[in-house]
Amino acid sequence: MMKGILSRTVLSAALLGTLGWAAEIHAKNVTPAADEKPSAIEIKIDNFSFMPQDTTVAAGTTITWVNRDDVPHTVVSTNGKFKSKALDTDDKFAFTFSEPGTYEYFCSVHPKMTAKVIVK
Amino acid sequence: MGNFIKDNLNNDGVDRRGFLKCMAWAGTGTLCVLQGGVLKSFAMSDIAAMTKQDKAAMKGELSFVQISDSHIGFDKAANPDVTATLREAIAKINALPQAPEFVLHTGDLTHLSKASEFDTLDQTLKAMRTDKIFYVPGEHDVLNDNGQQYRERFGKGSKGDGWYSFDQKGVHFIGLVNVMNLKAGGLGTLGHDQLEWIEDDVKHLKPSTPIVVFAHIPLWAAYPEWGWGTDDSAQALAYLKKFGSVSVLNGHIHQVMQKVEGNVTFHTAMSTAFPQPQPGTAPSPGPMKVPAEKLRSLLGVTNVDFLRGKRTLAIVDSPLDGASTTSSYHLSRPESESESSLYGG
Repeated sequence: MMKGILSRTVLSAALLGTLGWAAEIHAKNVTPAADEKPSAIEIKIDNFSFMPQDTTVAAGTTITWVNRDDVPHTVVSTNGKFKSKALDTDDKFAFTFSEPGTYEYFCSVHPKMTAKVIVK
Repeated sequence: MGNFIKDNLNNDGVDRRGFLKCMAWAGTGTLCVLQGGVLKSFAMSDIAAMTKQDKAAMKGELSFVQISDSHIGFDKAANPDVTATLREAIAKINALPQAPEFVLHTGDLTHLSKASEFDTLDQTLKAMRTDKIFYVPGEHDVLNDNGQQYRERFGKGSKGDGWYSFDQKGVHFIGLVNVMNLKAGGLGTLGHDQLEWIEDDVKHLKPSTPIVVFAHIPLWAAYPEWGWGTDDSAQALAYLKKFGSVSVLNGHIHQVMQKVEGNVTFHTAMSTAFPQPQPGTAPSPGPMKVPAEKLRSLLGVTNVDFLRGKRTLAIVDSPLDGASTTSSYHLSRPESESESSLYGG
């Protein structure tokens, strides 16, 4: 009897341990631990704005812009480093920032929309 | 709707009382015309019943229509069927007692510069009863290809990015492109080449030649915070300073706005597709959703009549629903040297 309970307890503990381990793996992919920087970032385009307007990332990060507005927008750097096609609602554009620096960009269709990415 | 005239009537010397009386008839679709210093009004429905004499007097005059911002391809909440409302605008134009000599489209023909959208626009406009359509592109027409597709279809004979001029019954029309090569943080822009071309284009014209300029983005600072202006339009207007009558017709803002500055009248047209908010009344200038029954009061076409004999210009904005009181008017000044003798007290 005791052996049975013990073995069930051990089994449960092992199972919980496994689940905990799996949960930790899952969490790692969704929420970075405090000492890690995310390698993928999303910038939302809506209401004629880039949100957030200023973004700071580590070199090697890929930024994906998503247009949630009901008019098309573009993502164009002022120094020629990147340029998207016209993005309709729900279209995306991604760019990987490998070099540190400040990258100002704007929407070439609505040039009052300006923003920047700082790469450290 | 901010469809009031924003000009300084006192400086122009227009008979205020007569003008205000005319404004009160605005809702009935009335055409107000300044003739020899006296305001005359014609109900749109009366024009059909005009006498032979009246009609003869109108002969030789120039009438055309401006449409704008058809945005073929747009299908969101503000108007899920922009082709249908464009067809309604065309029906309205076709119902005019006198067919316009031509139609100006001041840009944003399409929403996404797609070939299928240009096709649909082309097909839909075939139903319009007029001899010719002149176009200038909007920023939505030049996405992805620097306007190449637009120019191939609608810019034959134009220069540079698609600018050109033509003459009709003694009036000189100038079509400009201010939606290309836009700079970060900037407004619309004409650019050096186009400005040089404008200077050359009007150099030899007599100052008495009436001028009509048409371009997509407003050529005055209608609301710079939302990009509603053109960085270098002052230079273009400087080349037009010698002319007694300059009318600037724009689109882009999807509502009627007017301004008079000396000899220049600025006027923007409604869209045939969807309305946009008035300056500063919304976080951004995008498509504005309104109750379904209100939509057609905020979309429409603009009728322009030049009465050449008197050198006057009448601009009438007609909403699609035909019933609202948002028609607006502008009376241009006659030739400046005879102005003071024409106006009553």
